[in-house]
Amino acid sequence: MRLSQAMGRRLIAAVPTLWLLLLFLIPFIIVFRISFSEVRLAIPPYTPLLGWHHGAPQIEVHWSAYSFLFTDPMYVSSYLYSLKVAAVSTLCCLLIGYPMAYAIARSGPATRPLLLMLIVLPFWTSFLLRVYAWIGLLKNNGVINNALLSLGVIDHPLALMQTDFAVYIGIVYSYLPFMILPLYANLEKHDLALLEAAADLGARPWRAFLSVTLPQSLPGIAAGSLLVFIPAVGEYVIPTLLGRPDQLMIGRVLSDEFFENRDWPVASAVAILILLLLIVPIMVFQRVERRQLEGLP
Amino acid sequence: MSPQTTPAAAPVAASRSEAAYVRISDVSKKFGDFTAVDHVSLDIRRGEIFCLLGGSGSGKTTLLRMLAGFETPTTGRIEIDGQDLSRVPPYERPVNMMFQSYALFPHMSVEKNVGFGLEQEHLGRDDIRRQVGEILEIVKMSGYGARRPHQLSGGQRQRVALARALVKRPKLLLLDEPLAALDRKLREHTQFELLNIQQRLGVTFIVVTHDQEEAMTLGTRLGVMNHGRIVQVGTPSDIYESPASRFVADFIGSVNLFEGQVLANGADGLCIKSADLGCTVRAERAGGGEQGATVWTAIRPEKIQISRTPAAPAEGAQAENRAAGTVREIAYMGDMSIYLVRLDSGSMLRVTLPNVLRGAERPIAREERVTLSWHGSSPVVLTE
Repeated sequence: MRLSQAMGRRLIAAVPTLWLLLLFLIPFIIVFRISFSEVRLAIPPYTPLLGWHHGAPQIEVHWSAYSFLFTDPMYVSSYLYSLKVAAVSTLCCLLIGYPMAYAIARSGPATRPLLLMLIVLPFWTSFLLRVYAWIGLLKNNGVINNALLSLGVIDHPLALMQTDFAVYIGIVYSYLPFMILPLYANLEKHDLALLEAAADLGARPWRAFLSVTLPQSLPGIAAGSLLVFIPAVGEYVIPTLLGRPDQLMIGRVLSDEFFENRDWPVASAVAILILLLLIVPIMVFQRVERRQLEGLP
Repeated sequence: MSPQTTPAAAPVAASRSEAAYVRISDVSKKFGDFTAVDHVSLDIRRGEIFCLLGGSGSGKTTLLRMLAGFETPTTGRIEIDGQDLSRVPPYERPVNMMFQSYALFPHMSVEKNVGFGLEQEHLGRDDIRRQVGEILEIVKMSGYGARRPHQLSGGQRQRVALARALVKRPKLLLLDEPLAALDRKLREHTQFELLNIQQRLGVTFIVVTHDQEEAMTLGTRLGVMNHGRIVQVGTPSDIYESPASRFVADFIGSVNLFEGQVLANGADGLCIKSADLGCTVRAERAGGGEQGATVWTAIRPEKIQISRTPAAPAEGAQAENRAAGTVREIAYMGDMSIYLVRLDSGSMLRVTLPNVLRGAERPIAREERVTLSWHGSSPVVLTE
């Protein structure tokens, strides 16, 4: 009986382990290995890891893909631009999402499911379609410009498309639910007696929020920010459809290297570097979460 | 439940007195159609421990929350030390509260928790540290300043919550079920310590509790609440020995209640005939009750003597304050025993008897015939 229970437990653990192994670890190893090869005109289009040198097998590691990334300023600039766009978008999502999550968490038990439903509702439409819809809103003869022109607020249509602004709008709009939902899950659990205690001890409402609610919602802020920041760094569709043609985000660079240039080693190196960049915020998040579990600030 | 051994003091009038420190005047609170607190007027004196006692839904917590400022009275006034506080927000009141859940800030150390109130007053860091140290000393939590609430036991959390509420030296300290979360042994100990601290600091306490034992030991005076109203105010012994209504008599301690009719109301007390009890009751100290009126006689179980009925019953069986019956159940509690006696009239009577002697010879057993009697001062006659 006990033996089969242990077996069952191992079986259950094996499913996600196998999943991660097959769909995450092995592809990662393949990409990692390609990033240390050189491009060649063949199938596959990169040099093999094991080469023959004077009749002896030899592991051939090439750094050329990585060194290339730092010689062409386009790559560095794309990385920095992606980080900036992701950071600004995350901050905007936080500033918009926190009050929304707070309001939902404090709303009546009858209205709460409805409000949450409204947050999730956009997911019922295709992501691509929703981004295309923004083109219809933002373009020169789009809804926004036409409305402003007919109201007489502006004389010439505003250049909204193909700007940083359009990318921010697209990312903030698309990722806002990923900020709100974890924040809501956190804020909803707060013990309201703590706010009463703070008020009782002389803290005005704003002060009570800063010293009680905000510190306790840090794990929610961290989780939401991570869920926005990480996909935003590698975002491909939104900047391609709405963004500037002269400044690419790293996700677009990655895709171009694979499909336009067919330079798999460089594309792989780009991907590995994105991963390295994202490890930092993930570690910060885990630290916040661990501290919360230990009851530390 | 240990009955108060102090002799009944002169009843304390609930009327207005000049000494009122906290004055609650005609306060009502409605939530929609529901009236949680219904025209309550109450005076609380400086330095006393006033216990609001009542069941759930009696309005005691709502009254406490109005004192703290978390709820605004629908009508009426609340004054503390001559200052009208009815519309003052909680963060500007000279009142602090110890929450039932303690509501300690989980992300702050004990020191930070206790110092939080002082920080809001923008005191200097050294000043805060000194005052926090002093109050932690008083609640015997000196070595725990750096700990977090989750690293403390229930009793320790309770002390921190008390320290946090006391450190600002409030004019009034509100305690919401202060001992409810503690286990029995710790409760008893903490009760006396709470009294000790209160006397030392001289802060006026208002305690809300549903636990009569807690109320009796802590309170200098009690206010019993029911359906949003204060039904009786008095010292613990007033309330126990002279309950004003059947509700109070039944709520505080246990009691035997019997319906009856007044036969005569003379100088030697009230004479009541009770069919339920199957005998005549003579109550020496009784007030109202005209001849023929229906009244209720309340007799506390410990005020009834129980004795084995001799094989040949005594003459004049129709004696006053004496009933006969058969023991149906005996519950041995250690310090005392509870006897449930079925009277010959059919009703049940509860009698408690302290177990004075160790291993008493031939104790009264189940199904034995017994005679129950009580002193003329014991019955309380209630008209409502």
